[in-house]
Amino acid sequence: MHKGKKIRVLIAKPGLDSHDRGAKIVARALRDAGMEVIYTGLRQTPEQIAETALQEDVDVIGLSILSGAHKTLFPRIMRLLEDQDMTDVMVFAGGIIPEEDIAELKKLGIREIFGPGTPTETIIQYVLENISKKS
Amino acid sequence: MTKTEEIAKGILAGNRRSIAKAITIVENDDQEAQKLIAEIYPHTGKAHIIGLTGAGGAGKSTLIEKMVKEYRRIGKKVGVVAVDPTSPFTGGALLGDRIRMQELCMDKDVFIRSMATRNHAGGIAKATKDAVRVLDASGKDIVIVETVGAGQSEVEIIRVAQTIVVVHAPGLGDDIQAIKAGIMEIADIFVMNKADREGADKAVIDIQSNLQLNNKEKPWKPLVLRTVALTGEGILELIGQIEKHRCFLEGNFVCKTALLRTKTETELVEAIRERVTNSVIEELKRKGEFDELVHKIMEKQTDPTSAARKLLKRALKNET
Repeated sequence: MHKGKKIRVLIAKPGLDSHDRGAKIVARALRDAGMEVIYTGLRQTPEQIAETALQEDVDVIGLSILSGAHKTLFPRIMRLLEDQDMTDVMVFAGGIIPEEDIAELKKLGIREIFGPGTPTETIIQYVLENISKKS
Repeated sequence: MTKTEEIAKGILAGNRRSIAKAITIVENDDQEAQKLIAEIYPHTGKAHIIGLTGAGGAGKSTLIEKMVKEYRRIGKKVGVVAVDPTSPFTGGALLGDRIRMQELCMDKDVFIRSMATRNHAGGIAKATKDAVRVLDASGKDIVIVETVGAGQSEVEIIRVAQTIVVVHAPGLGDDIQAIKAGIMEIADIFVMNKADREGADKAVIDIQSNLQLNNKEKPWKPLVLRTVALTGEGILELIGQIEKHRCFLEGNFVCKTALLRTKTETELVEAIRERVTNSVIEELKRKGEFDELVHKIMEKQTDPTSAARKLLKRALKNET
């Protein structure tokens, strides 16, 4: 990473979830790890998330979903990012995602899935390590 | 074409990816930023730049969302730079102004960028001014800068914006707050947001009676407007008043030139100061004198001001 550069992260909530406690905890943890975290707020469309990532020029996107619509929404987000030539952005996800869906989501390019109970240190560590590999 | 030239070309064409990349470059303050600003500088100065400042929770982000919608209705292209604080302890930041503006995000003629202060004092980031330049050069008609939740002395926005809107809300302070120096003096327009709440009338009167004590010679008289950002009440009046202020500046050649001259002077002085300071300190560190003096100060053998004078004297002698 460049000397003056900060890691910019977008924490996004796609779809129709009604609460965002988990997303806020992750956002806060990454903030405390020295990153600049942009939070979208609830109920975002894939288009809004991809466009926000573009305008904010983020290095990392964390998707949080509880509604079960990940198999519909995540592929759309990944396709939009690809259309925008943003495949270098590292995407991870968290929330309620069944074990059997993980392989499929990873095939889309989602780098890691963090389920309920994941210590925030694990997520921070993962982001830091994989960012340095990226550049 | 170099990468920088390519990005500059993209900015001028209004390409959103180029604008985003460019703002990252100016934030990271490397040599590339200098080259980039040099490329686009001749294309700046067209947009009207509005600064919104005021205490955290007064409703700045929500007001901006409503203002942008109004500007879009009359066909203006809009850029927004929203600044939030960086933690002095970890260097991290949570940038949450956008949450209130996400409805605007799919409009291709609106560009919103969140920015952390990176511990720059004064209510905006060091790179805010250059980010505004990027948006200006990209063809935006209006650029709105939202400062961090500012209390009293965060007034650096006056070096960036042409029209300053200071946003208040009822219950944030009494009439003594209204006569304090600092943020209350920089407003071209006051907004009492959440004007449907209790205490709004009293708060408006506090500001108005303070304004009556202002220098009568000043050609522009700030008004206090009432808004309810959540419902959009009063937004049209606010836009109208901002336009009036813009016309006032346009029509008042002396005012406009004076404003531009002060801004340009300050910026030049700062650019010189930064470069001189950095190069002198680097040179001293290279020679090892810097560390030596730090120790002496810690041991109380000298004090920081005397040490600085001694160092500077020697550094300037070497220059000539």
